[in-house]
Amino acid sequence: MAKEILIYAQANRSGKVIDVVLELANAAHDLSEKLENACISALLITDGRNLDENKHVLKKAGFNKVYIASSEYLKDYSTEYYSQIAIDLIKKIEPEIFLIGATTQGRDLAPVISTKLKTGLTADCTSLDINEKGQLAATRPTFGGNLMATILCKQFPQMATVRPKVLKKSDKNYEQEPLIIEYSPDLSNINKRVELLDFIANPQLTDKRIDEAEIIVSGGKGMKNEAGFKLLQELADVLGGSVGASRGAVDMGLADSSIQIGQTGKTVVPKIYIACGISGAVQHVVGMSGSDKIIAINKDENAPIFKQADLGIVGDAFEILPNLIQKIRDKNNG
Amino acid sequence: MKIVVCIKQVPDTADIKWTENNTIQREGVESIINPFDMYAIETALKLKDVYENTTVTTLTMGPNQAENIIRKSISMGVDSGFVLSDKKFAGSDTLATAKTISTGIQFKIPDFDLVICGQFATDGDTAQTGSGVATNLDVPVITYVKEVKEIKDGYVTVLREVEDGKEVLKAKLPAVLCMLKCDYEPRRAYINGYRNAQKAEVKFYSHEDISISPEETGFKGSPTYVSKAFRPEEKQSGELIKTDDLECISNKILEVLNG
Repeated sequence: MAKEILIYAQANRSGKVIDVVLELANAAHDLSEKLENACISALLITDGRNLDENKHVLKKAGFNKVYIASSEYLKDYSTEYYSQIAIDLIKKIEPEIFLIGATTQGRDLAPVISTKLKTGLTADCTSLDINEKGQLAATRPTFGGNLMATILCKQFPQMATVRPKVLKKSDKNYEQEPLIIEYSPDLSNINKRVELLDFIANPQLTDKRIDEAEIIVSGGKGMKNEAGFKLLQELADVLGGSVGASRGAVDMGLADSSIQIGQTGKTVVPKIYIACGISGAVQHVVGMSGSDKIIAINKDENAPIFKQADLGIVGDAFEILPNLIQKIRDKNNG
Repeated sequence: MKIVVCIKQVPDTADIKWTENNTIQREGVESIINPFDMYAIETALKLKDVYENTTVTTLTMGPNQAENIIRKSISMGVDSGFVLSDKKFAGSDTLATAKTISTGIQFKIPDFDLVICGQFATDGDTAQTGSGVATNLDVPVITYVKEVKEIKDGYVTVLREVEDGKEVLKAKLPAVLCMLKCDYEPRRAYINGYRNAQKAEVKFYSHEDISISPEETGFKGSPTYVSKAFRPEEKQSGELIKTDDLECISNKILEVLNG
């Protein structure tokens, strides 16, 4: 039987396949080359919404096969339904590798599947490779990003969740039509014991923007007070960016946890990241080190954030930012 | 109501020291209760405050010194606790850890109503053990829980925080909950608590005590293994400027902004 790499094609609340699926597809092409050109498959679990667009997106991403488990009962994510559908498919097709985006949904789903299948699962990986023995070598940060570990698995499927936005999507548009296998999963034997009663969406302002912002102006404890964060907001506004915060600032009540960046917050990869009054503990750095350009302003010239910075400025953000904001305003108006 | 809280002893990651061989130095590094588990404890104690006849038991798997974190939890108000400790447990990955902990729960408190865990541990950060425990116990699990709203008529209602918002979910008891950092802070130890913690008998259980096969725990029961561990590459530092000239600083920043 040909080898197969299965990828969980997570869809968002509107039923659209999310970007991490495309990142995984691109990574899977590299893995496939080292694994006897293994077939790259997607598992989409859906109530049928947005199906044509999803098929198109999955084709462009270069999937060879798309399994579509479709039922009207699958509108909302359910750990119990989704895990059982994945398990049933895996038992049938026996993939070598099963990859899942390390979103909250992915990290909820994956351990239930791996535990039932008694296989290994490597969490929140930042790179994937196939070693000389043909095993999946999944690398991840541990100890708050202080140590990287490459982990292998001696059972099948070798499972991993992969952190979103770390691997790159492909620039290519694949033309080959994938083999589509659409089916109605058997849900009758599943004992559903969890029910979704309500969903309260985040206000667009905070959450969505920080994930997608090209410029992030981020503050830490050094921004001290409300006035400090107001300065950050002003700078973000003139630059058309978003405000982020370190855990220190969130713990001080200066910023909402929805904009916290770092290990226990979000991972961001903007074009420009401006860190103000952030010392740069590893827990913060793991959430922003993928930014294209990093500018850091800190009073302490030994602050570890300067190790990350393309441009480091030893100084007081409370003095530096007003001048900078004014200059950008003048330029915008001129 | 019987609540079990799974806790883990972790090195304080704010205080990582390196050995000459680029491994993490464990000796002399302070061990703490995993910060997310502190919220799990607090959530359990809040439920104990509200619901009569509630007992809270903490359990941990680890070396004998892990007894300290059980006593710490008792000083906060937890009723009792025990340690799963055995050389055979060493080297467990998340699958083997979940198997060992769930076996321990079935052995000691098979009639639990709720198991509460921290969502992540700050050392491994896998966020997999709680879900694994629930799966082994064949009970529902809710991860990324921000708040427990209510327990009523055999159901627990919680607020769950995900990327795009908050979900309200209801699960049939018994169930497992994995807690995020909550909006309330873990309570401190109180005077009687210290006394209770000193007096408490903390039991240790081996693989034989809880009847888990050595094949299912430790290195043997772990499908994953670390092939290589290394320090992340440090980024090449860029330019560092030190001047009081605000104009010069602004111009430098603008240069970067304009690419």
